[in-house]
Amino acid sequence: MNLRHIRALVLRYTFLYTRSVPRVAEMFFWPVMDLLVWGFLTVYLQRLEHQVPAAITFLLGSMIFWDILYRAQQAVTISFLEDIWARNLLNLFVSPIRVSEFIAATYVVGFVKILVTAGILAGLAMWFYHWNLFQMGLPLIPLFVNLLLMGWAVGMITTALIMRWGQSAEALAWGIPFLIQPVASVFYPLSVLPTWVQPIARAIPATYVFEGMRQVLDNKGLPLHHLAWAFGLNIVYLIGAGLFFRYMFGIAREKGLLAKLGTQ
Amino acid sequence: MAETLVEVQHLRKEFDGTVAVADVSFTVQRGEIVGVLGANGAGKTTTIQILLGLIKPTGGNVTVFGQDLERHRVEILQRANFSSAYTGLPSNLKVWENLLIFSMIYGVNDHRQKTKELLDMFEIAHLRDKITGNLSSGESTRVNLCKALLNDPELLMLDEPTASLDPDIADKVRKLLRRIQRERQITMVYTSHNMRDVEEVCDRVLFMHKGRIIAEGTPQQVKDKFNQKSLEDVFISVARGGDVLAAGEAEAAR
Repeated sequence: MNLRHIRALVLRYTFLYTRSVPRVAEMFFWPVMDLLVWGFLTVYLQRLEHQVPAAITFLLGSMIFWDILYRAQQAVTISFLEDIWARNLLNLFVSPIRVSEFIAATYVVGFVKILVTAGILAGLAMWFYHWNLFQMGLPLIPLFVNLLLMGWAVGMITTALIMRWGQSAEALAWGIPFLIQPVASVFYPLSVLPTWVQPIARAIPATYVFEGMRQVLDNKGLPLHHLAWAFGLNIVYLIGAGLFFRYMFGIAREKGLLAKLGTQ
Repeated sequence: MAETLVEVQHLRKEFDGTVAVADVSFTVQRGEIVGVLGANGAGKTTTIQILLGLIKPTGGNVTVFGQDLERHRVEILQRANFSSAYTGLPSNLKVWENLLIFSMIYGVNDHRQKTKELLDMFEIAHLRDKITGNLSSGESTRVNLCKALLNDPELLMLDEPTASLDPDIADKVRKLLRRIQRERQITMVYTSHNMRDVEEVCDRVLFMHKGRIIAEGTPQQVKDKFNQKSLEDVFISVARGGDVLAAGEAEAAR
């Protein structure tokens, strides 16, 4: 892997984001809107505390964690779409950049974007609702890393599908994470899901992250078991996503789709 | 003896059973400008895209700089470059930013000097700080050509480089390409529907029809072969499948 290539691509996204108000706003607008809706709902439910458990504050953590996962996936996919929209994809694919370097650059960009977004959300949650994301302490780091890894894996799969089916598959960029959301125990524990759905949920790394987050917020200690499952599954998913991407890239070269995507 | 830079042997490409390139063999020597001509669907774009590593061939071999394209794609692309009327650079970046990014990708030393030299050469130094998306198509084409020359490529592939240019700028670009080829001995593979481009710029042409090369030689040799006054007449006759086509196909079969 050539670091100079990755640096060049990261610089390209830096120029893009520092120049574009809509792109910067997109990093904050939806997450902040989500935070406001879920935050005020949490405040309301807290006022009815005698009727609902105190654990309702988990909602804010869930919302922020979900956003990290969603943005990690988006960063990979949208970076690819940016090059399609700019008709720049061909210039990149006929340059000495390896596909792995292209993907690595989207990971770096995604990581930075998520740090910024999560930082803003954590600040706003503290300011508006006196809810401190960092109360989780050190377990926050492995939980965050696992969300990032899963977001990258899903992003790679989504990008591969767009590469194969072109811009008509663009909606997948925004839609795929929401296929996962209902079963990934984002806003409710795994036990709430119907028995037949639970094995599906257990196959999703994010399920263990959200379960682990609730365990930490509930002061039940370090969620080692959940973290081990999340890491293990994420490694499998990342390898699988990489192989899937390579397979789809091969099909795209076989069918001449790269050139079509690059000049659409 | 001239050095062979590109060697294509029995190239074949099928898309879901449809033959785009049937059985194409040719070489490109160092310092040559070779035009690949043909009507829409002749197979020239597929051939060029295979040379760029964008499409995997169904059969045959492609070697560039003496290296197998499939195995050494990245090394080959480091020494080559590409410009097309149908691609763009990120539109909300400034011209210098786009050129800086590609300078980094190609590992250009002293990118400032190189960028300045190229912008001066294409007479667009005043566009350096302009947003790329605000340029006219003629200006964009010239910025694309600057990008394509950043790494001093030994092999430059040009896909209809003058397609969106007015006659004045197109003429300047043609002359410039010839000058660059003379001064730097860059090898070029050039596709165009503009026969004037080809006659003026190319040393040799490959005329493709239905996935095969039906004529090969200098523009004059191809005109003589088809008994036509201009390449445009050859093009029209081939596209309409007249007698000249039979003559060309007979030539290809031999």
